[in-house]
Amino acid sequence: MPLILSIALTHVAGRLRQSVVSVLGVTLGVGFSIAMAALMEGSQHDFIATLVDAIPHVEVTDDQRDPPPPPAATRFDAVNVIGARPDDDTRGLRNPVRLRAMLASWLPGRMAASLNGQAVLRYGGKDVAISLTGVDPAAHLKISTIAEDMRAGSFLDLAANLNGLIIGDGVADKLGASLGDTVAVSASSGAVRRLKVIGLYHTGVTQADDATGYTVLKTAQVLFSRPNAINRLSIRLDDVNAARAIAARVERMTGYRATSWQEANEGLMEVLVVRNIIMYTVVGAILLVAGFGIFTIVSTIVHEKSRDIAILKSLGFEQSDIRRIFLTEGLLIGLVGSVLGSGLGYALSLTLGSLTFEVKTEIELTSLPLYYSPVHYLIACAFALFSAGVAGYLPARRAARLNPVDIIRGAA
Amino acid sequence: MSASETAATSTHDGPGATTEAEAGPLIEARGLTRILPGLVPVTLVRDIDLEIKRGEFVAITGPSGSGKSSLLYLLGLLDTPTSGEVLVNGKPTHLHSEAKRARLRLSTLGFVFQFHFLLPEFTVAENVMIPMRKLGKLSHDAMRDEAVGLLSDLGLADHVDKRPDQLSGGQRQRVAVARALANQPPVILADEPTGSLDSKSSEQVFEILRDLVDRRGKSVIAVTHDLDMAARMDRRLHLIDGRLADPPAEGV
Ligand SMILES: Nc1ncnc2c1ncn2[C@@H]1O[C@H](COP(=O)(O)OP(=O)(O)OP(=O)(O)O)[C@@H](O)[C@H]1O
Ligand SMILES: [Mg+2]
Repeated sequence: MPLILSIALTHVAGRLRQSVVSVLGVTLGVGFSIAMAALMEGSQHDFIATLVDAIPHVEVTDDQRDPPPPPAATRFDAVNVIGARPDDDTRGLRNPVRLRAMLASWLPGRMAASLNGQAVLRYGGKDVAISLTGVDPAAHLKISTIAEDMRAGSFLDLAANLNGLIIGDGVADKLGASLGDTVAVSASSGAVRRLKVIGLYHTGVTQADDATGYTVLKTAQVLFSRPNAINRLSIRLDDVNAARAIAARVERMTGYRATSWQEANEGLMEVLVVRNIIMYTVVGAILLVAGFGIFTIVSTIVHEKSRDIAILKSLGFEQSDIRRIFLTEGLLIGLVGSVLGSGLGYALSLTLGSLTFEVKTEIELTSLPLYYSPVHYLIACAFALFSAGVAGYLPARRAARLNPVDIIRGAA
Repeated sequence: MSASETAATSTHDGPGATTEAEAGPLIEARGLTRILPGLVPVTLVRDIDLEIKRGEFVAITGPSGSGKSSLLYLLGLLDTPTSGEVLVNGKPTHLHSEAKRARLRLSTLGFVFQFHFLLPEFTVAENVMIPMRKLGKLSHDAMRDEAVGLLSDLGLADHVDKRPDQLSGGQRQRVAVARALANQPPVILADEPTGSLDSKSSEQVFEILRDLVDRRGKSVIAVTHDLDMAARMDRRLHLIDGRLADPPAEGV
């Protein structure tokens, strides 16, 4: 065993009870941070999976990110044009066939075109405004999990029913309509059509359940007076994490705005980041307290062993050797605490993972989502060792600077 | 490894820690002055010139507070002079880094203090092995053999695996001497090595030091209050108020 280590060990062993307390501090810090990270990241993954599953990963819409300058500005080389009336631009994704062909060659995923607009449903004197999407039912099911959320009817029934309408159960409740009822649908264009409710869904997302509906693409095109037009291309990717890059590429190729799910949920993603920051702050605080414990014990040892330090120096130990002895003591406590803490963290995660809860809406038992990653262990241990290192280094530096002559004089 | 071991054995048995600088003094002080800075600066030693040759047994005497310990710490590179310099093997040390001075202490200078300062958690043999392990030239077994050999020479063969607190004061002081000898330094610096011992143990330790000089060719510099003991050494340096002075008339 290296000399420095064996001296450090005797020092720590000589203060066993205090050392054990310090080790426990680190153990708890590391253990809790690991369990907490598993829980936080687990719930985050679970949350994102649910979220991402329910929405298109990339959505191409007929907007442009930077609207082109008004034609007058380009034509007359003017700095600013006042009072120009915007062109009556026919909105929509132009030439959808070519567009799809352009993407189909490389896109790692599936896509579906749709036409979306605002519509008001009227039934028995009640009005409910919804966002109505006209889809090709078979294609839509390739990019959406709505089939799983159907409470009544089947999504594919739309294909055979040009006058069919599928709405969220919240919409139906608000209208007081139920399966089989016929509702009047009026669009902003003024067109009105009577459609029959042939399906109801419940996604769990209030916004979707209370204010959306689907019909066949053809019907929507008639309703919105946009024959043959689409204004939305929804893409479901094989790898959800590629969404940002693919959205950027689609945007570059087509010139249309392509929104990744991350961009669409920026606020949520920020919340997750804030949540992680809070978590690591708490963990950091725990480990900081553990660091204080280490600082105290190593300082005590330095004080107690100042004669030994002096004699070691007289025997030929350099300042750096002395520093290493006490730094080693801090790191030893940190290391043992990290190892024990990793075990504790794993045990805690297992325990949390085995807990089950009964959730009202579902019949099955739900357990806490946990995510196991070696990264959590690495981060917690690295943080613990770092704070142990700092906590050991400060007294170690003081020990290294002790003047042996003063101590030997004082002892004599 | 084997070369250093044979070298070890040869110095162990007789005079002959031969180096290039054999002819010159082992330790030399030139104009050595140490003043503690402060509101009222304290002069510990002033203008000390001296030479310690190989195989010399030198006493440092003087009244309490005259600077004997201070001089020893300076000669042992444990303290740094305010002005003047210490030469070891003819080489000036005042420009040495802290680390280099530490290495010189490790290999060339052995300290023995009035109190033994053994590490309480280590056994007697382990204490003696600490400087060897720091030097790191021998295998563990060789170090242990060497330590046991040193301890046996000092009459401690039966105590190698005891803890320091199981020994008498005189025995502990002999362990401290063995530790000072661990890396076969040519110079031993002793600050009142018998100051805390009864007369029998004092005599024992003195004989050991005497033996180191006569049989192993070490240079020993020992601070002592005991004028009889000083008289039995080869040479006496007398300090008064931090300066070298003529020894008092009765001292031989
Ligand atoms: N840190 C200090 N602050 C003030 N004065 C000091 C300090 N260290 C030593 N001295 C003084 O310096 C002088 C020399 O001290 P030193 O220990 O070298 O004397 P000494 O000859 O070894 O004495 P003793 O025989 O009692 O051991 C003494 O007067 C002592 O009081
Ligand atoms: Mg003294």
